[in-house]
Amino acid sequence: MKKETLKITANERLTHDAFAMTFEGCSRVKPGSFVELSLDGFFLARPFGAGDYSDGKLTVFYRVVGEGTEAMTSLKAGKEISALTGLGNGFRTERAKRPLLVGGGLGVAPLYYLAEDFASRGVRPTVVAGFRSARDVILRKEFAAISDIVVTTDDGTEGYCGNAVSYLKNNSVEYDYYYACGPTVMLKYLTEFDVKGEVSLEARMGCGFGACMGCSIMTRSGPKRVCKEGPVFDAAEVIL
Amino acid sequence: MNTFCGNKDTRTELFGYTLKNPVIPASGTFGFGYEFADWYDIDILGSISLKGTTLEARYGNPLPRIADCPAGLINAIGLENPGVEKVVSRELVKLDKVYKGKVIANVGGHSFEEYTRTAAGFNRADKVFALELNISCPNVKGGGLAFGTDPKVVEELVAAVKEASVKPVIVKLSPNVTDIAALAKAAERGGADGISLINTLLGMRIDLRTARPIISVKRGGYSGKGVFPVAVNMVYAVSEAVALPVIGMGGVSSARDVVEMMYAGASAVMVGTANLVDPYACKNIIEELPALMEELGIDKLTDIIGRAHNA
Repeated sequence: MKKETLKITANERLTHDAFAMTFEGCSRVKPGSFVELSLDGFFLARPFGAGDYSDGKLTVFYRVVGEGTEAMTSLKAGKEISALTGLGNGFRTERAKRPLLVGGGLGVAPLYYLAEDFASRGVRPTVVAGFRSARDVILRKEFAAISDIVVTTDDGTEGYCGNAVSYLKNNSVEYDYYYACGPTVMLKYLTEFDVKGEVSLEARMGCGFGACMGCSIMTRSGPKRVCKEGPVFDAAEVIL
Repeated sequence: MNTFCGNKDTRTELFGYTLKNPVIPASGTFGFGYEFADWYDIDILGSISLKGTTLEARYGNPLPRIADCPAGLINAIGLENPGVEKVVSRELVKLDKVYKGKVIANVGGHSFEEYTRTAAGFNRADKVFALELNISCPNVKGGGLAFGTDPKVVEELVAAVKEASVKPVIVKLSPNVTDIAALAKAAERGGADGISLINTLLGMRIDLRTARPIISVKRGGYSGKGVFPVAVNMVYAVSEAVALPVIGMGGVSSARDVVEMMYAGASAVMVGTANLVDPYACKNIIEELPALMEELGIDKLTDIIGRAHNA
């Protein structure tokens, strides 16, 4: 965990509501960890999963869901913002020999950095990435370069017609352990389908580092803070 | 003693216990303390007010528990804590490894019996030099705030806790009342050793897209920078009304705020919500204090307690 000043180097629109913001000046962060970004005019910092990282350069992928993320879309390269980096536990990458990455919507973001991490160690993961519609699909090309990716859309406008979990149920995908991030309903069906994996959760947070108990969830092993003991939890542990 | 800048005396005292400076992280914003040792050496803190503790473990309210506001935040945690037994046997032991000073245990409850039994649970905890009785938490059904708004109940509850506890008892007051001084006087009559204020102001935010309150239990407690003037006014009023030491809190985010609170009558100052947006908030305040004292011509911080009342 570090408090750092990050400099925006790019802020690009990916789809009608999704953006990628890239920073320089970030200390090394783990796949599955997150950062809290302090935005001018907002009291609380906003949490974002680490979407990509190398040599001090951090990328976060975000979707406009409220005033904070709306304000982020107008930030320009060169702007410096205060951030808490390296928050949360991160993915336990040592657990998989044949990793499966399951993402839903913007939930694919932290999985991209995870896929790169596997790729850097000579492991080519399988990725099932679900989106609502073709216009919501992000990172397809980038994933394809380092993984075997299947895209699914709820309306069938791109790839498999259905969601990521229904794809897994109807096709034989070879893996020994999965890593997932996405909407709660997706994670719920996924953990019911198979518990040999871990899921990254999101929550409205206060501090992001374990002080306020604002994001505490009840798990099968008692209350846990999404920001501190999480955001990544064993699939068998979460109650969704 | 802190001597960051010349020989400024930042010490203050509460019930015979000397704090190296008046800065105390407020209950509920600092966990059980050790979480912050990952950011800096927390031994610099005057003391620490621990996360509100109840008799049994509590999970608290469903999520969302937090809503952002322009100059602060609303929280409705619902007193999540592991229960007094684990706080004493586990949390205080962990804290002792990273903090040498003594701390304030914050006691919550739903009934007289729960308050007194929880308070008694700290009797043999040497790490604790005082209790802070939370009779003002707006986020617990049938408890907390319900106890903090009726002077007669406050007086009786404080007397019952004093009976059960061997520690000095600080009563934490709610600002959600018509006459906070009357509540402070009631606490004093009940035998309180000190008063801390203000707890959070009741607040609500509504999501414009769904037209529903953001907080799961609808309302919560508003705190942060925006409440500071409200807090200064109430600290001033309460320190006029009672002869007890007062601990001021509410929106304190800088060394200047600490001095202002002490001018209003505070013997020590709690820093709360500021910790959640900057983990270094207390450290920065403590380090800024000597230079600010120099600027204001203050040699000894205890000299300024209540100075605004003589103006």
